Amino acid sequence: MLKIEGLTAEVEGKPILKGIDLEVPAGEVHAIMGPNGSGKSTLSYVLSGREGYEITGGSVTFDGRDLLAMEPEERAAAGLFLAFQYPVELPGVGNANFLRTALNAIRRARGEAELDAMQFLKLARAKLKALHMSEDMIKRNVNVGFSGGEKKRNEVLQMALLEPKLAILDETDSGLDIDALKIVADGVNAMRGPGFSALVITHYQRLLDHIVPDRVHVLMGGRIVKSGPASLALELEAEGYAKVAA
Amino acid sequence: MNAMTTGAAAFLGRYEGLRAHLPGGRTDWVAALRADAAAQFRAQGLPGRQVEAWRYTDLSPIAALGFTEALTLAEERLSLPAARAPWRAVFVDGRFAAGLSSLPPGLSARSLAAELDAARGLLGALAEPTPMVALNTMLFEDGLFLEVPPGLDAGVMELLSIATHAERPIAFHPRHLIRLGAGARLTLIETSLGPAAATYLHNPVFEIAVAEGASLTHVRLQREGRAGFQLATVLAAVEAGATYDNFTLNAGGRLVRNEIHAALRGPKAACHMNGAQLVADGQHADTTTFLDHAAPDCASRQTYKTVLAGRSRGVFQGKILVRQAAQRTDGYQMNQALLLSEEAEIDAKPQLEIYADDVKCSHGATVGALDEAQLFYLRARGIPAATARSMLVEAFLTEAVEGVRDEAARAALDEAVAGWWEREAA
Repeated sequence: MLKIEGLTAEVEGKPILKGIDLEVPAGEVHAIMGPNGSGKSTLSYVLSGREGYEITGGSVTFDGRDLLAMEPEERAAAGLFLAFQYPVELPGVGNANFLRTALNAIRRARGEAELDAMQFLKLARAKLKALHMSEDMIKRNVNVGFSGGEKKRNEVLQMALLEPKLAILDETDSGLDIDALKIVADGVNAMRGPGFSALVITHYQRLLDHIVPDRVHVLMGGRIVKSGPASLALELEAEGYAKVAA
Repeated sequence: MNAMTTGAAAFLGRYEGLRAHLPGGRTDWVAALRADAAAQFRAQGLPGRQVEAWRYTDLSPIAALGFTEALTLAEERLSLPAARAPWRAVFVDGRFAAGLSSLPPGLSARSLAAELDAARGLLGALAEPTPMVALNTMLFEDGLFLEVPPGLDAGVMELLSIATHAERPIAFHPRHLIRLGAGARLTLIETSLGPAAATYLHNPVFEIAVAEGASLTHVRLQREGRAGFQLATVLAAVEAGATYDNFTLNAGGRLVRNEIHAALRGPKAACHMNGAQLVADGQHADTTTFLDHAAPDCASRQTYKTVLAGRSRGVFQGKILVRQAAQRTDGYQMNQALLLSEEAEIDAKPQLEIYADDVKCSHGATVGALDEAQLFYLRARGIPAATARSMLVEAFLTEAVEGVRDEAARAALDEAVAGWWEREAA
């Protein structure tokens, strides 16, 4: 599904990613763990196409296509989803309108019929119910006045509606209490299956108790320094990054 | 003393040649009013940049042209936009078009030119001595003369101004008198349109009187043709317990000014002035407001939003005067600009002048570009860049446009905003 080979990238002339090799097969959930400053967020932004990141080498293939040649909206239409570490507030933009515009843009790109307001509302209500979220969520402006937990839940709602092939969860656990963490994890677990892959980026092992990964990679200094099964996360938690990576 | 510009001389020449033929030309009080205005205009001319109120808006493109009146109109050749309300007064090149209009019964709505005598003592009663008002008084040919009887809820009415195409520059100076009796209500949706390539000047003056407890909602949708000029002056007197709401969209024209003078003259009067200016490459849009708090316990709110694209210029000047008698005034003014291009420019000049001591008055201004993080968030959800930008522009305008509650007015406004975006910025 996702194949990263020798990826290097800079921010303002400073090398951050120094040769990443990583493959996430279809249907698998992989975790990337690493200390602060290891390049975790840079990797998620480079994969989703944010401006300000200079790609200096390597390649990324997504579902057989050259991901790095695509605009951010094309990547989303192709099935890539980034759950933001810090979801952005959009004053004046209603959440329902935002979600419907996004869903219809993606459906259009996939050659599917757009949903009218009523059809959308029906779908959104079903997703909200499945995620145990209040309908109030789609009546407000996007993320405006949302608590940290509500913002992350809104990310999961978007993921559930857009049904991506690959979700990148960028520190989705940061700032979440245990109840919110469970809602987020349930949302991701509900999507697991042969057509869904995920890259769970996190500093702590906590989230991985709830979203059990198929594989764990340790990112340090802009490189994957170690890969292993889910138990590697526990090792990291117990012994610290420096020791495990040594 | 500056030499008279081509434009000012041409206007005075028209007045000298036409004055006997203009409406009321043989009626003493009208002739006297026009003669006074002509004397003032002769002394002032078209205002130059050295005049403080015109520092940011340069009228030299108008001053360089010699405007004349439009020839006889051809009503049947005009295509009108779909009606927004059951009643509509249509003006073509500043002249009332009876055949295109449908005027409401129950209130007095008619052509000013046809009923000038009834306007004696009303016409000019609110006029501010500005050069553009003087020019209007000197040369007006017609206008809407609307009186809503006390206590009547007159619903929604449209005022449509259409410029026709002419080979040479034409000018028209309609004078509209809008008067609401005590406790009356009216929503007036005004739209100005013109052909894309025609050079013309639309110089309307509104004299608006809102009596005790009455409420007027005035929605102005300025969508003049791209080579057109509009210099509009709204003069409003708001009495005790009355409300005047003005919303102005500046979306058309080459150079336009929306100048509003509102006076809160009785206790508990209120005025809301909101507006959106959508300024594209080659356009200049100016909103200048003057709010006169002359009585106690009055509230005023102003929110103006300007979006600028390409090489364009926007202006906001807003003055709030709180007179000594106006204790417990509650005044608020905000103007914000969104620059979509590095070649766009906004000039903002807020001014507070306060003589009362128990007053709550605030103002603020912001200038910014589209937020890169917001734009990326939308695109990362699959929304194409152009749509994402338009969503953020619309969101920026929300606070100014949400005050327009009448459905018909809101639909017309949304259509104008969407049309501007598709044409000019997407």
